[in-house]
Amino acid sequence: MTNKILTVSALTRYIKHKFETDPHLKSFWLKGEISNFKHHNRGHMYLTLKDQGAQIQAVMFQGYNRQLTFTPENGMDVIVRGEVNVYEVQGKYQLYIHEMQPDGVGALHLAFEQLKEKLEREGLFDPARKQMLPKYPEHIAVLTARTGAAVKDILSTLKARYPIAKVTVYQTLVQGASAKDNIVKRLKEVNEENTADVIILGRGGGSIEDLWPFNEEDVARAVSQSKIPVISGVGHETDFTITDFVSDYRAPTPTGAAVQAVPELAQIKQSIHEMHLRLQKQIDEQLSSKKEQLARLKASYAFKYPKKLVLEKEQQLDQILDRLTRVTKQTLTTKQVTHNHLAHRLRNVPLRDQVKLRHDQVTNLHHRLDHVMMSQIAKSKQRFYHTIEALDLISPLKTMQRGYSLVYREDTSLVKSAKDVKVGETINIRLAEGTLGAIVHKIDNQTDQD
Amino acid sequence: MTQERKFDDVLKELETIVTKLEAADVPLEEALDYYQKGIALSKWCDERLKSVEEQVVELIDENDQSQPFPLDGED
Repeated sequence: MTNKILTVSALTRYIKHKFETDPHLKSFWLKGEISNFKHHNRGHMYLTLKDQGAQIQAVMFQGYNRQLTFTPENGMDVIVRGEVNVYEVQGKYQLYIHEMQPDGVGALHLAFEQLKEKLEREGLFDPARKQMLPKYPEHIAVLTARTGAAVKDILSTLKARYPIAKVTVYQTLVQGASAKDNIVKRLKEVNEENTADVIILGRGGGSIEDLWPFNEEDVARAVSQSKIPVISGVGHETDFTITDFVSDYRAPTPTGAAVQAVPELAQIKQSIHEMHLRLQKQIDEQLSSKKEQLARLKASYAFKYPKKLVLEKEQQLDQILDRLTRVTKQTLTTKQVTHNHLAHRLRNVPLRDQVKLRHDQVTNLHHRLDHVMMSQIAKSKQRFYHTIEALDLISPLKTMQRGYSLVYREDTSLVKSAKDVKVGETINIRLAEGTLGAIVHKIDNQTDQD
Repeated sequence: MTQERKFDDVLKELETIVTKLEAADVPLEEALDYYQKGIALSKWCDERLKSVEEQVVELIDENDQSQPFPLDGED
């Protein structure tokens, strides 16, 4: 950052960012005296807040200042809630006011807000902590002043709606310095006695100072610790107290608290009566329907004439048996007819003709066989004579008739070489006509070609 | 609170019985049981409401003394 040259805008944005990220400047309460107050005709308020040592410029936009219940003026001490931020255009930091109260009363509001925030953080307002109010309380404890509109309103409402509950009024201080302790003491007593089903904590309308005991932390804690459900009915509809937030049910007024505490007896009686009627109607209907059913059954045919029912069945049985016989007979006849028909057909088949026909066929075939055989033999004979003639042409006898002869050894093997015989061996020489017996007396191994 | 039977519970039971009886197909014996029970419960509720009617309001004053609350000039 040291070597960089910034623009004014960048620096201002950086400073603005610093303000915005500081949690202490986000939302806080501030006390000071108003000066330079100006209500701009467009609706926003501009002012300066100061004390002896310092001052800060402030703006309260229309959206916020519309809620103000007083008109701020110069010299007035106020308590404000808001945040600090930078107004970039003029490069100045200023206070943005969201809420403003005159100091004094403002201090009470501040205390209220702070306690509310604290208890809320502790979870004392958590809906899960709220106890269910009894539907039909038998004993109601009313904590309020002995005199005044509140107690009258509560009692008359309880009496009108639900006169059967027992009511005990615990005289309680609801205003002034001692009220806080007195309320706490009464709450503890009622819890210790433990005979009440529900507690009404009530007070009529008044200023914020009047209602203050109900904004005390001790009271709030006593209410939230009560084992018996507490209904708060403090002030008017627009008044909210811390007690309202911690109680199990917040009623807008004392009368409202009484209404919430009890049901309306007339309604309960009405609903019991209605249920009684529904019971009666239901059972009557059921009984008469059963009676009707019974009467119908009694009057039924079968019930009156049971014998007839049996006879009817017997007749039915006879009819069925008849049908059975008839059907059996019919089937039998049909089968017989079929059988006769088939037997007749069988008898009429011409067997003799069949045999003669087959015999002729056999004879015929026999003739054909003879004929074929004869011609085959003739053909074979002819082929045989041809073959003999051909054979005659190549016969060695023809060769021998030209002067050649064949020489056999005694054992009839043909002598083809001079080596085949020995000197002195008897040989047979076959000529074209006749045979010679001879003895070998010389062997010359040379052939003629040599 | 010390009651052996809570009014709220009895009233609920009565409602349940009526609803059951109104459901279709309840056998007659059961229906009669429901009916008798229901009538008994509705009588109990009636009597309970009558018997405690018009109780006086009690006041515990600043000295913790009990006394009847003076309901002056009302109604």
